[in-house]
Amino acid sequence: MAPTESSLTELTDNPRYQRLVRRRGRLGWILTALMLVTYFGFILLVAFAKPLLAQPIAGGATTLGIPLGLGVILVALALTGFYVRRANTEFDPEVAALGREVRP
Amino acid sequence: MSGATNWPAIAMFAAFVAITLAITRWAARRTRTAADFYAAGGGITGFQNGLAIAGDFMSAASFLGISAQIYADGYDGLIYSIGFLVGWPIVLFLIAERLRNLGRYTFADVASFRFAQTPVRCLAAASTLLVVLFYLIAQMVGAGQLIRLLFGLPYPYAVAIVGVMMTLYVLFGGMIATTWVQIVKAVLLLGAASFIAAAVLWRFGFSPEALFARAVEVKTSAALASGASPAEAQAAGRSIMGPGGFIKDPVSAISLGLALMFGTAGLPHILMRFFTVPDAKAARTSVLWATGWIAYFYILTFVIGFGAIVLVATDPSYLEVGGAIRGGGNMAAIHLSHAVGGDLFLGFVSAVAFATILAVVAGLTLSGASAVSHDLYASVFRRGRTDQAAELRVSRATVLVLAAVAIALGIVFEKQNVAFMVSLAFALAASANFPVLIMSLLWRDCTTKGVVAGGSVGLTLALGLTILSPAVWVAVLGNAQAVFPYGSPALFSMPAAFLTIWLVSLLDRSGRAAVDRGGYLAQRIRSETGIGAEKASAH
Repeated sequence: MAPTESSLTELTDNPRYQRLVRRRGRLGWILTALMLVTYFGFILLVAFAKPLLAQPIAGGATTLGIPLGLGVILVALALTGFYVRRANTEFDPEVAALGREVRP
Repeated sequence: MSGATNWPAIAMFAAFVAITLAITRWAARRTRTAADFYAAGGGITGFQNGLAIAGDFMSAASFLGISAQIYADGYDGLIYSIGFLVGWPIVLFLIAERLRNLGRYTFADVASFRFAQTPVRCLAAASTLLVVLFYLIAQMVGAGQLIRLLFGLPYPYAVAIVGVMMTLYVLFGGMIATTWVQIVKAVLLLGAASFIAAAVLWRFGFSPEALFARAVEVKTSAALASGASPAEAQAAGRSIMGPGGFIKDPVSAISLGLALMFGTAGLPHILMRFFTVPDAKAARTSVLWATGWIAYFYILTFVIGFGAIVLVATDPSYLEVGGAIRGGGNMAAIHLSHAVGGDLFLGFVSAVAFATILAVVAGLTLSGASAVSHDLYASVFRRGRTDQAAELRVSRATVLVLAAVAIALGIVFEKQNVAFMVSLAFALAASANFPVLIMSLLWRDCTTKGVVAGGSVGLTLALGLTILSPAVWVAVLGNAQAVFPYGSPALFSMPAAFLTIWLVSLLDRSGRAAVDRGGYLAQRIRSETGIGAEKASAH
């Protein structure tokens, strides 16, 4: 069942809808920016600071590049987990409530 | 591994093929509608889909290609892994839920939601087919080398066998079979990789430092043996612990980074997986599971690559005369599985690797086929006036054609590193599909003309620059000097696509543009909330 034109305008005027879209949008972009900064920070090190990444830790074979690389992987995982938590606890109930308002 | 044929390995292999064929038979009985064929009826759970997505990602290129890259260059392989992984959060934050809320079977459903169907679907089908082809070639090459190594068959026959098997899975089982084969294989691959990595680390008292130190020693003495001076040899040994020659210049590094990160968000066979789950929440859950499994898998791959340096490169039975690895560079992980687990485990890992390739090529072929049958035939050619039976017939015919092309190209590209081939597919996806998706989802003033112009620019530029790059212009076509000096085109083609979409949309004052902009509100609401979306599952 497609929503009618009037129910659509109603929904966009609904403060609940507006707040949901704004908050989820902001969270999405902030997390995207964090991921981009982390990843391209790493890529820029690969591009411009190869010796730094090849620097041994405590004189051993392991280099600084290894924890840094693994760190990028862990950041990606952590950001993903954070978003899913927020979405499940905060946004989903809002969407469900909106759905009930539109289709009682 | 003595002789050309390894019987325990082949027995494992046969068992595996039998199991997956049984899955296909079971799925074939459940595949009745187009929704079943393309989207497994929308009845897959988030956890299952997460495994299936991880399975699509842990392809032969990831498992064989990246471990081979680490075997050859050490740290450089990790750069690939990281790039492949960091696209996932972006997919989740910007795309996955909206895609699930808007689409039915293909990402073109989403890209053309408020636009003129014909041009957008034509573009989407073209880019889908190209991405799928590059990705397919990589998988076929990996499969061909694997089969040749195991059965001692000539390479062209090996590639043909893979093509025929994959055709069977897709033709009869559709998305249901493809998804379940993918899930089974993901579990087995994760188990096998865990075992190999643990076995490697066990030899070093679970100390990664000891493993790395020994790997540096191995590389150093190999360089000494090939006649390098002690200082050069030491540098060669140390070089595997830091970024090296694989990314030569900053431009290539950033360009490859862009392609890997944003390519994920534009891969048609991955995006298609979001239509197999019932709702946005399940789409989200799938991404979380997928990211977790993929992260774990890449960490294992790193250990496996270094394990291969230590255990494979030092054992003459895995090497040709002259030191090259038997069966080609992509086989490092396979030999390592023999080194830590003997013939039977080699058979198991080979069977899993083979199933991996089959499952991935099946998923790829299916997304290529749906681009032709759903986007081109049903939506463009017949303008929606067709029945499902006809659409499925076209789809199955496309599968046959794609399989033939994949076999032919798999033979032509025999010598390429499979991870590199995949990075090309990523560059295309990042340059054509990602800008189109993002702009059509998020920008109100985006128009049909803008999307079509921008997507075409991204696609042709990425393709053109790739052909002119060293990897094709010099290595494949045999020219002396590459016209385009960088390894990956994304740094140029992706912004060009965005810029074109923006500029053309902005200048577009046609009647269609007014319709496009007017449709944004309804699309936005549905993409944000799922309100107004029909259920994917046909209950």
